[in-house]
Amino acid sequence: MTQNQSLFFHKFGITPTDLQRYLGEALSAGGDYADLYFEYLTSTSISVDESIVKSASQGISAGCGIRVLAGERTGYAYTDDLAPEKILRAARTAALIARGPAKVPIEGFKEHAGHHLYPVASPSADADIAAKLALVMRADRAARAYDPRIVQVRSGYFDELRQILVVGSDGTFASDVQPLARFTLHCVAKSPESSAKGSAGGGGRVGIDYFQTEKTPEHFAHEAARQAIIQLDAREAPAGEMEVVLGPGWPGILLHEAIGHGLEADFNRKGTSAFSGMLGKRVASDKCTVVDNGTLPSRRGSINVDDEGSPTQNTVLIEKGILKGFLSDKLSSRLMGMPDTGNGRRESYEHIPMPRMTNTYMLPGPHDPEEIIRSVKKGLYAVNFGGGQVDITNGKFVFSASEAYMIENGVITAPLKNCTLIGNGPDALTKVSMVGSDLQLDEGVGTCGKDGQSVPVGVGIPTLKLDSMTVGGTAR
Amino acid sequence: MATHTEPVTSAEAGLSDLAVSVVERARQAGATAAEAVVREGSEFSTTVRMGEVETLKESGARAIGLRVFVGQRTASTYSSDFSDDGIQRLVDGALELAHVTSEDPYAGIPEPSQLGLLPGDLKLYYDDVYSLPPEERIDYARRAERAALQADPRMKNSDGGSFDAAIGHKVLANSHGFVGSYRRSYCSVSAAPIAQDDNGNMQRDYWFSLSRTLSQLESPESVGREAARRTLRRLGARKIASTQVPIVLDPLVAGSILDNIFDAVNGDAIYRQSSFLAGKLGEKIAAGNITVVDDGTIPGGFGTEPFDGEGVPTRRTVVIENGVLKSYLLNTYTAKKLGMQTTGNASRGLAGTPGIGAGNFFLQKGERTPQQIIGDVKRGLYVIQFLGFGVNMVTGDFSRGVSGLWIENGELTYPVEEITVAGNLKDMLNNISEIGNDLKFRGSLAAPTLRIDGMMIAGE
Repeated sequence: MTQNQSLFFHKFGITPTDLQRYLGEALSAGGDYADLYFEYLTSTSISVDESIVKSASQGISAGCGIRVLAGERTGYAYTDDLAPEKILRAARTAALIARGPAKVPIEGFKEHAGHHLYPVASPSADADIAAKLALVMRADRAARAYDPRIVQVRSGYFDELRQILVVGSDGTFASDVQPLARFTLHCVAKSPESSAKGSAGGGGRVGIDYFQTEKTPEHFAHEAARQAIIQLDAREAPAGEMEVVLGPGWPGILLHEAIGHGLEADFNRKGTSAFSGMLGKRVASDKCTVVDNGTLPSRRGSINVDDEGSPTQNTVLIEKGILKGFLSDKLSSRLMGMPDTGNGRRESYEHIPMPRMTNTYMLPGPHDPEEIIRSVKKGLYAVNFGGGQVDITNGKFVFSASEAYMIENGVITAPLKNCTLIGNGPDALTKVSMVGSDLQLDEGVGTCGKDGQSVPVGVGIPTLKLDSMTVGGTAR
Repeated sequence: MATHTEPVTSAEAGLSDLAVSVVERARQAGATAAEAVVREGSEFSTTVRMGEVETLKESGARAIGLRVFVGQRTASTYSSDFSDDGIQRLVDGALELAHVTSEDPYAGIPEPSQLGLLPGDLKLYYDDVYSLPPEERIDYARRAERAALQADPRMKNSDGGSFDAAIGHKVLANSHGFVGSYRRSYCSVSAAPIAQDDNGNMQRDYWFSLSRTLSQLESPESVGREAARRTLRRLGARKIASTQVPIVLDPLVAGSILDNIFDAVNGDAIYRQSSFLAGKLGEKIAAGNITVVDDGTIPGGFGTEPFDGEGVPTRRTVVIENGVLKSYLLNTYTAKKLGMQTTGNASRGLAGTPGIGAGNFFLQKGERTPQQIIGDVKRGLYVIQFLGFGVNMVTGDFSRGVSGLWIENGELTYPVEEITVAGNLKDMLNNISEIGNDLKFRGSLAAPTLRIDGMMIAGE
């Protein structure tokens, strides 16, 4: 028995017999499948503002979500009380979705050997709160020391430990202990003429040592301060279609918005995605190979098993420009007769799982990044972004550049004010003409929202050139 | 001060007693001040897609949050564990954490004289939202979707119709003896249909109605028909060339400009100098026709509460009057930082320090109909959707994706998409040249149709 199973079995007194009984109750009115999702989540957050520790908080939430699938129908109920009678009541509520004779869950659970992608941190993470605090204070000092024009700094540390147990009526039995930590830094710079902001952050499924050795508070502080100081001199961004070069790493949000969401299996099963029916067709230039990979060690978007208990995997979405696959969960894979790619995720026990991305990135190409920039006569070079959004059905997507420069005659020139880039998912990547050799993943800040549910994700690209994209600036 | 806005049932008294006892335990454990919030709620939701039930969800949950002060140090904890052990861990954890935070001279709960709650029935709770039997709830969702799909042969697919209902109960207690409690209810019906043209291109849009009481929810059929109208008008959209023309914002879209105004007057952003409106109190920051009000006291409103997240009565605050910035929106902490008084806009989650939340936040309506406003535009863009989050509150720089309808000689013509509009909020607020008479709340924030001049549209 793993540490995590023992949490639910010992702390909450749940036994394998109980699990069989709950699943039996969930299938008491028929249905194709039922599962139970137990979650125990502890979290800590610390924030430093104006160089003092203004806030520290810790919390615990625990509960169980019960799902019953019947054809395309989903019944769902949850309880934050893990007493047997409360779980049974939730199971009966979820069971109402089905109309038929009772089904019997498979006797006996089988646990698969899963990945081991991240350290199993101690659940009593509060022991080292002083160490976390010291990191946040270091970031504050480093950002202020960067330049006297930095007038406001807000830094924060957030971590959580999610322990889950998923059991299904098909014998699924999986558990995981998922650490997640994030460092954030926001600062404001002021000059007599203007104001600007900069932000940086990162982390992953890591322990506190990651911030002491790999990505230090000073790293994030300097990055945020650097952006803010540069933006003080930003000029109006251009308006209209032009060549666009995206820097490596976080600008991979392009993939997340342009194609990632449109390739989630639920939208394609229902025919509501701009990519519906395009499997096997060209959706990108032959220079593009894009994957969604939930198995990268320590990454923010990685998980050993998804929230339906299925192992995550490396799924090829686009191979040399051809659409190869969708991101699927149990429901869509069964209804579409396609493989389950281990992408069934949910925000918490209160939420119904659905197909979601993990770490979505493009494989590197042959070009030197400098060669890519030199090839542009007049265009945009964007290296940092805020959020993005997509309209799944018509395929239109945006992502907003928070740090971008003009490229004139092959040379990077003036920094530009924030501007949004807009494109059409099914054809945006057909305009990719050069792919760099410098693949990077983002530093670990991405959170993806879908149907009101947030989950941590990662993105990445090498330096990319798109021959044409619409840049939403103000200068003609 | 322990007054209630509704008759107290035994279950409610239980939650109030719990909140009071948690505050007392924190005091005994060494807190110099404490504040507890207890929330309990239940939700029902269903979606129907292509006539068949897709999801059915029904559940309830409760949680408690505690904020403690040890002198000028503060920390908070939350939990869903209401057992005696759980409560003890909540209290002990908060006090331990408070010892690692810093002395902040501005930290603290409101003064006793500032605490209180609005009297009378604010019409926030109606138990009829749960009165329908499950089959009829599902039928609401089904009827909304059916009305959308039957509106036109081009309505080919759907993201479904939905019906949601929820009730919640919130208690706040603090060590000055404040105990406040209220219940609220909510129900909504919506439809999100998909239309397809002869070329196979699809468009999706949606419409909804929400209400505190089932008796005032709009009919599913009217919601479905409006969803269809909004979807069909987008079919056949094309890209246009970059240009500079007046834009007219649909009320729902205009609401997002009001969101930006809220963010810009948020006390947290003001004292951190991270708003383009910081330091502009008393200055003219918008066109002379602009008046923006925050009012947390409107009976039945979606932003109405008898007291804010710190136990201060909500109120009506004029934020912008005839273009002049009159007030920021503040809680106790941001008010102290700025040397001002709280405006009763504290918003309290379970964890962390209180933030700033709006009550019912709206832009006062004008005289003219949307048709008259559009009719005056020779060439322009009627905006029906903003995409993305391209707004920088520090600088006011604004650049967002849009979908809309092209205006030619005062008439709405063909749909357009894959373009952006850009400008700066400082200029945009001054360039609001027309305000519609069509103000209607669909949530806690509302704006009428607005015309803004001088923005850049980027396209081909």
